[in-house]
Amino acid sequence: MTVVRLDGVSFSYEETLAVCDITFEIEEGEFLGLVGPNGSGKTTLLRIMLGLLEPDEGEATLFGETAHLFEEGARIGYVSQESTDRGGIMPVTVGEAVRMGRFAAAGRRLSDEDHRAVADALEKVGIADLADRPVGALSGGQKQRAYIARALASDADLLALDEPAVGVDAESREEFYGLLGSLNGEGITVVLIEHDIGVVTEHADRIACVDVELYHHGDTESFMKSGALEQAYGEKKRVLRQSH
Amino acid sequence: MSARNTVRRLRSALPSRHAAEIAALVVTGLLAVVMLGFVVLYWLQDVPGFGVAYEGYRELGRGMDAALGTNVFSYPFMWQSIATGVFIGVVAPLVGSFLVHRQMALIGETLAHTAFAGVAFGLLFAGLFGFGGSPLLAALIVSTVGALGVNWLTKHTDSYGDVPIAVVLSGSFAVATLVITYGRGQTGIDIEGYLFGDIAIVTAGSARLMAVLTVCVVGVVVWFYKELVFTTFDEQAARVARLDVDRYNTLLVVVTAVVVVGSMQILGVILVAGMLVIPVAAASQVSRSFRETVYVSIIFGQASVVAGFAFAVAAGMPSGGSIIVMTVILYVASVLSPD
Repeated sequence: MTVVRLDGVSFSYEETLAVCDITFEIEEGEFLGLVGPNGSGKTTLLRIMLGLLEPDEGEATLFGETAHLFEEGARIGYVSQESTDRGGIMPVTVGEAVRMGRFAAAGRRLSDEDHRAVADALEKVGIADLADRPVGALSGGQKQRAYIARALASDADLLALDEPAVGVDAESREEFYGLLGSLNGEGITVVLIEHDIGVVTEHADRIACVDVELYHHGDTESFMKSGALEQAYGEKKRVLRQSH
Repeated sequence: MSARNTVRRLRSALPSRHAAEIAALVVTGLLAVVMLGFVVLYWLQDVPGFGVAYEGYRELGRGMDAALGTNVFSYPFMWQSIATGVFIGVVAPLVGSFLVHRQMALIGETLAHTAFAGVAFGLLFAGLFGFGGSPLLAALIVSTVGALGVNWLTKHTDSYGDVPIAVVLSGSFAVATLVITYGRGQTGIDIEGYLFGDIAIVTAGSARLMAVLTVCVVGVVVWFYKELVFTTFDEQAARVARLDVDRYNTLLVVVTAVVVVGSMQILGVILVAGMLVIPVAAASQVSRSFRETVYVSIIFGQASVVAGFAFAVAAGMPSGGSIIVMTVILYVASVLSPD
């Protein structure tokens, strides 16, 4: 099943072209890394995929429906750097943050089933013991897990992550991407924007490289051989892989 | 060692923090219900059956004055003022909990100035055409329009979020000064009471209006609590979850306008934002969850209103300044309190 389909999608902010004529598909169970230099339109493209922006030209579909008209918000889990910033200031416990994952589908009050889903999500990401702790008191890695738990609590079929691990230490990042990998292994489709290309090539099974236009879309091996990296970044780049 | 044991024994003898918060919240709720009862019975005192209950309140007031050696609770207008203050103590921190964590602390100040322009228009209209309604109705209309204006400007201009707030704040206050100056020449209107807050300007009608607004505001916030929390905490994720974020943002700003209009009688235009912000800022220092922040904000707000009123009446000071000074004392105490 095709989860996301972009067909000739273009979008501009007034006079500035952000993405131009982009076409590719994301299949169910895929782990797609979305890479490109700063200001290349990655976040705009992700927002088009999620239906937050309507393309000026072309068509974006989500689970087979026109993306910006798609109603089933509970099927999408979303984590961004902005999420984690707010979590540092507002006094919200991990439990409260994860319960928000049920808000899209729940009635006026959360049911026993909703509470069970929240408990299961906390258990799955390994932070059940932190449920009563303020999000602001967590380490960077724990915060990421809390936001992933929020996405899981909604029974999301698609996880969309916009540079979720900025400012997180290397060990926690590895654990975090390991968690993403295992969730993907269970069938959840993952779209990840990440500035660290080494991490993306290591964990994603397909890569889309953009800089306003699409430079490459394919598996990791073909991306490494394609020269898209140099084209998009405008200079010679070398991917460093971490050894474990 | 024995001193430490004594402290430990004393601590274990005290009710748990959660139990203390719930008890304080229940007291706050009961106080609001008692005051709501007074406003309703004052309104319906001539309806058969309600007069007896109203006399019960009057009797209670006289008894309180006798017991406390005061000369306050025997007068219905004082009950109206206290009732309005108690309502403010509930709704201002309740709505402020969402505003503060959206970094919209100054919106209350802006809407208070907008409401001030509304009061000026209302009084001028009343003076010119003999309209006998509360000027707060005009304030409510103008403030709501101002709230929607701020929201629209924030969404449709490329400036920083605080620029539309500054424009509407200055603009509405400028309009108010023009209307006041014109009105003084035409009708002799006097609105200083609304600038600094005055117990004496709370009429039976405005206390009734505040009671209705309080019930509506509490109902709206309780009904839409989870949507308001989610959009406050992570607006982008809420959009992805297909919550109508713009609708909830507008709802919050309009509810804020309603609270501001109700609060300006007691607190005055200049201090109204304090009640939206300071109890929440104090509660955020000592709370561990958002729900606890909301509860503690209301408890702090109510404590400030009661203590501020008591000080204002005893010392012959303005109610607005007294209440806000109490909130500041609580804020400082929260900041200095051990973790």
